[in-house]
Amino acid sequence: MTAVQMTVAGLFVFLILASLIVAILSRTRPGKSSRELVLRIRSWWVIIVLFSIALLGGRRLGIGFLAFVSFLALKEFFSMIPTRRADRRVLLWAYLSIPIQSFFIYIEWYGMFITVVPIYMFLGLPMKMIQVGETRQFLKSLSTVHWGMMTCVFSLGHVAFLLVMPSEKGLDVSGPGLVLFLVALTQLNDVAQFCWGKMIGGARITPEVSPNKTWAGFIGGVVTTTLLSVLIAPFLTAFTFPHSLYAGLLISICGFIGDVTMSAVKRDLGVKDFGNILPGHGGILDRIDSLCYTAPVFFHFTRYLSGTQ
Amino acid sequence: MNVLNHILKVLFFLLVIRPIVLIYIGLNVRFGDRLPLKGPALLVANHNSHLDTVVLMSLFPLGMLNRVRPVAAADYFLKGRFRSWFATRIIGIIPIQRKAGQDNPDDSSDKLQPLVDALEANNIVIFFPEGTRGEPEKLGRFKKGIGLLAERCPNVPVVPVYLNGLGKALPRGESLLIPFFCDVFIAEPVYGRDFQSRAFVGEVKTRISAMAQANPHLQEREDDDLYF
Repeated sequence: MTAVQMTVAGLFVFLILASLIVAILSRTRPGKSSRELVLRIRSWWVIIVLFSIALLGGRRLGIGFLAFVSFLALKEFFSMIPTRRADRRVLLWAYLSIPIQSFFIYIEWYGMFITVVPIYMFLGLPMKMIQVGETRQFLKSLSTVHWGMMTCVFSLGHVAFLLVMPSEKGLDVSGPGLVLFLVALTQLNDVAQFCWGKMIGGARITPEVSPNKTWAGFIGGVVTTTLLSVLIAPFLTAFTFPHSLYAGLLISICGFIGDVTMSAVKRDLGVKDFGNILPGHGGILDRIDSLCYTAPVFFHFTRYLSGTQ
Repeated sequence: MNVLNHILKVLFFLLVIRPIVLIYIGLNVRFGDRLPLKGPALLVANHNSHLDTVVLMSLFPLGMLNRVRPVAAADYFLKGRFRSWFATRIIGIIPIQRKAGQDNPDDSSDKLQPLVDALEANNIVIFFPEGTRGEPEKLGRFKKGIGLLAERCPNVPVVPVYLNGLGKALPRGESLLIPFFCDVFIAEPVYGRDFQSRAFVGEVKTRISAMAQANPHLQEREDDDLYF
C-alpha cells in the first residue's frame, strides 16, 4: 500500500469513529444540534468517498472531479449574487473558463494554467460585456463575476495542478499525496478551530463578520493543524521538518482567512449558506471556502520548494 | 398512448431532461415530501420559463410520467408539426384555449372540461395560473381558471409550488440555457371545498408569495429593470 492509500484508509477509520461518537451522542442527547451533526457526518461520508475515488482513480478522474466541484461552487456563487439580465452570456463564458483551465492542467501547461483566468478571462470578459452594451452597474457586475471566477475556478484549479505535479526529487511522493495533505489539513483545521472555539470560548476575533470565531479557536486551530502537519508530512510529502512546520502555519492561517472572507460575502448577500447540496454543511462553497485560500498559497509554497519556479 | 411512445418519453426524461435539470441546473427542493405521488392532484406554480414544466415533471418517478399532465396553451404549443408532436406525445400536455371565445366570454367552463377529465382519471395536472411566462422572475396576475377548476373538483388537493431561478436559467425569448441553482418550494395542499372560487385564487397566490418572501436571497433590488 502506498502512503496515499494508507492515509485514505486512516481517514475512513477516523470517519467511522466520528460516526460512532455522533451516533452515541444523538442517542444520549437527542436534539437539534445532534441532528445537525448526524447530517453533517452523513455528508462527510459522501465527500470523503467521492474525494477518495477521485484521488486514487488517476489524474483524469481527479481533474474531472475537481472541475465539477468548481462548476458547482461557481454556480452557487452566481445563483446568490445579483446578476444583470444582460450578463447571461458573460456568465456562460465564466463557466467556460472551467473546462479551458482544466485542459491546460491536464496537459500540464503551467504558463497557460496560471494566466488563463487571471489574465485572459480578466481582460476578455469585459469585452463580452461591452458587446452587450449595458453600462449601468458595469464595474460592480464585472467585479463580482471575476471574484467568483478567481475563487471558484482559479484557486481551486491549484488543487488540480498539485495533482499533476511531478514527483519531488525522485522520492515516492507526488501530486496525490500533496493534494491529500492540503485538503485533509484544510478541513481538519476548520474542525479544529470550531472545536477549540466551542471548548474554550473567550474573546471574539471577528465580532462583526463571524461572531462564533474566537481567538482561542483560531490559536487552538493553528497549533493543532501545525502539529498534524509535522506528523503527516513525512508520510505524504518530501518536506523537511521546518518546511512542514511552515506548511502547517500557512494552511491554518490562510484557512481561517478564507473562512471569514466567505462569511463576510454571505453577510453582504444576506444569506446563511451558499446552498444546501451538502445537508448539515450548506453549499459546496461553504465547505471549500477555506480551501479557496489555502490551495493557491500552499501550491506556490511547494512549487518554490521543489525548485521549479 | 402506445408503448413505443411511452418508452421514448421515459428515455427523453432519463437521458436529456434529468441530466439538464439535476446536474447542469441543479434543484434546491424544499418540502419534497409534500409532492403528491398519487392522483388526482393539481400542482399550481408560478411561471417564468419553459423549464418550469419539465422541472416539475422531473420531480416525479419516471414510471409516473404518464400520469403527470401539464396544461399548456393550444395557440402556442399546437403550432407546427414537430412542436405539436413533441408537446402532446413527449411532454403529454393538455392543450387549452387561453382566450375566451369572442361571442361567449364566459365559456371558461367548457375550456376546463379536459382538465376535469384528467383529474377524474386520477392524473396529476400541472397548472400555471399566470397563464404566461411573463417578465423574468416576477409574479404576475393569477387568472380565475384555477378557482373555477377547484370549484368543480372541490376534493382534489391543490398543491402550490414556488419556483425561483428558472427565469434566470432560461427566460422568455432566450434559447441559451445558463446554469443557476433553482428553488422548488412546495406548500401544504389547499382544497376547493374550503374557499369560494375567487378567494381560492387569492389563497393560492398568497401561499406562493409567502414562499417567495421566505426565500433569503431574493431581496428587493434598486434597479428593478436591470437585475432579474
